[in-house]
Amino acid sequence: MSANQIMFLLFAVAIVTFSILTVTSRKILRAAVYLLFVLVSTSGLYFMLNYQFLAGVQLTLYAGGIVVLIIFSILLTSHINQKFELTGWRKSLLSAIASAAGAILAITSILDFRFGATREAAMEVNMHSIGRNLLSLDYNGYILPFEVISILLIAAMVAAIVIAKKGGPVKQESQNLNQQ
Amino acid sequence: MNEGKVFSLYDFTALTKWIDTGLHHAMSPFWAVITELLIIGVLILIFYALIGLFLVYAERKVCAFMQNRLGPNRVGPFGLFQTIADLLKLLFVELVPIKNADKFLFNLAPFIVIIASFMAIAAIPFAKGLHAIDLNIGVFYVMAVSAMGVIGILLAGWSSNNKYSLIGAMRSGAQIVSYELSVGLALITVVILAGSMQLSVIVEAQRDGWFIFKGHIPAFIAFILFLISSTAETNRGPFDLAEAESELTAGYHTEYSGIKFAFFFLAEFMNMFIVASIAATVFLGGWMPLHFGAWAAGFNHVMDFIPPFIWYIVKTFFVIWLMMWFKWTFPRLRIDQLLTLEWKYLLPFNLVNVLVMAFIVLMGWHF
Repeated sequence: MSANQIMFLLFAVAIVTFSILTVTSRKILRAAVYLLFVLVSTSGLYFMLNYQFLAGVQLTLYAGGIVVLIIFSILLTSHINQKFELTGWRKSLLSAIASAAGAILAITSILDFRFGATREAAMEVNMHSIGRNLLSLDYNGYILPFEVISILLIAAMVAAIVIAKKGGPVKQESQNLNQQ
Repeated sequence: MNEGKVFSLYDFTALTKWIDTGLHHAMSPFWAVITELLIIGVLILIFYALIGLFLVYAERKVCAFMQNRLGPNRVGPFGLFQTIADLLKLLFVELVPIKNADKFLFNLAPFIVIIASFMAIAAIPFAKGLHAIDLNIGVFYVMAVSAMGVIGILLAGWSSNNKYSLIGAMRSGAQIVSYELSVGLALITVVILAGSMQLSVIVEAQRDGWFIFKGHIPAFIAFILFLISSTAETNRGPFDLAEAESELTAGYHTEYSGIKFAFFFLAEFMNMFIVASIAATVFLGGWMPLHFGAWAAGFNHVMDFIPPFIWYIVKTFFVIWLMMWFKWTFPRLRIDQLLTLEWKYLLPFNLVNVLVMAFIVLMGWHF
């Protein structure tokens, strides 16, 4: 086995194990930490492919951003001794069947697809070409999705502000509640 | 500079090449790579420990200097062995187990903090050819990896099952997540000027003048913004309210003792070192000697005689000294003042600064 295969196996085993642990753990913060391990191992796979930009994005956005937000909200809401209730056997059986069906569907479709596999070393993707493609109108350009996503983000932020503000001036009753 | 010689203080490329080919002759490529990884790992580990020990000593000496005292002066010459004595004491301190804590996360947290800073240090260029991994997203990678440290802090605060720890961790999380934006934008200002994120390219581009001179006003503003926001990101004073000892005993590491506490302590000092060396690399030319344009050829030649590694260390410690100066001069901020500073002042300032820099690069007004 080559070093590349060993590394891939290590990452793959880590991803599978921690994914299972994420959904089976009964402590919520531990589940978040296992999710962190899954995301970091995935970025390891990107590093193996020499796609360093995507690996960096995976680390900042998912591991450093989203997991931190999840952990932050857990810190605000849950207590250390809290544990999820055990799910009943009927629910576990149904969800096991559903996830097995999903896995079979995904695996068969991946195996059916003909990947143009090569034995050559992975090419390093240059930052300049990523930047050009992201902002170009050509065939490989991503300017349209880029702009659409930014509109979506603005809409989400405006919505968040509207929800947080919720209506007019603060009512007298709620102020009294706060003072008591 | 010295052709044909394997070891030269000015260029480590020949030395690393020589080790690489030697290992490849001696064993199969697989084991050669493994051995190289081990060598680099051990070297960085030793460097990490030595710098950490020295920084603790330097902090105490600088603090003493600022407060008109002598500082540690009993153990060894000028008290140099004081931190080694402290470290030995920490190694022998009992690890107090905590009831009702999440043991797994409690033990995991210091490792996450230290691994994050350890991964960041691998991408820093120390001298010509002395660079463990030269990623083409260098600046971005260092930011991404060092951002992981906050997860360790949050976990430490929560799993200790202690009010002080939890409040400290929450403060630290809010602080690091918001100041990361300013750090990133300040670095992007320089990335625009350099046209690359690769640290070796950034250093090479400063051969005829450091970026802080080349990019004049916006680069200087970005340097100051970077200093402020990176001081906040490393949880150092005046932004050290995550462990404000007068209100929170010690913040997120209240419950830690012995070597686990030492991990947090060391990681904090090493984060300061990493941030300082990024500042030195990106703004002050890294290991590049002080060069001006072609009109000062004689001066440039004299500066070339100082080895690059010395340049790098001197610049880094200059930035570290600046950060220590902040810490012992300014009073601690409140949490609302801290967030106001970031969201109302630093971030808009940074955004405008990035625009100005892009405009200047577009018009070719930089040197």
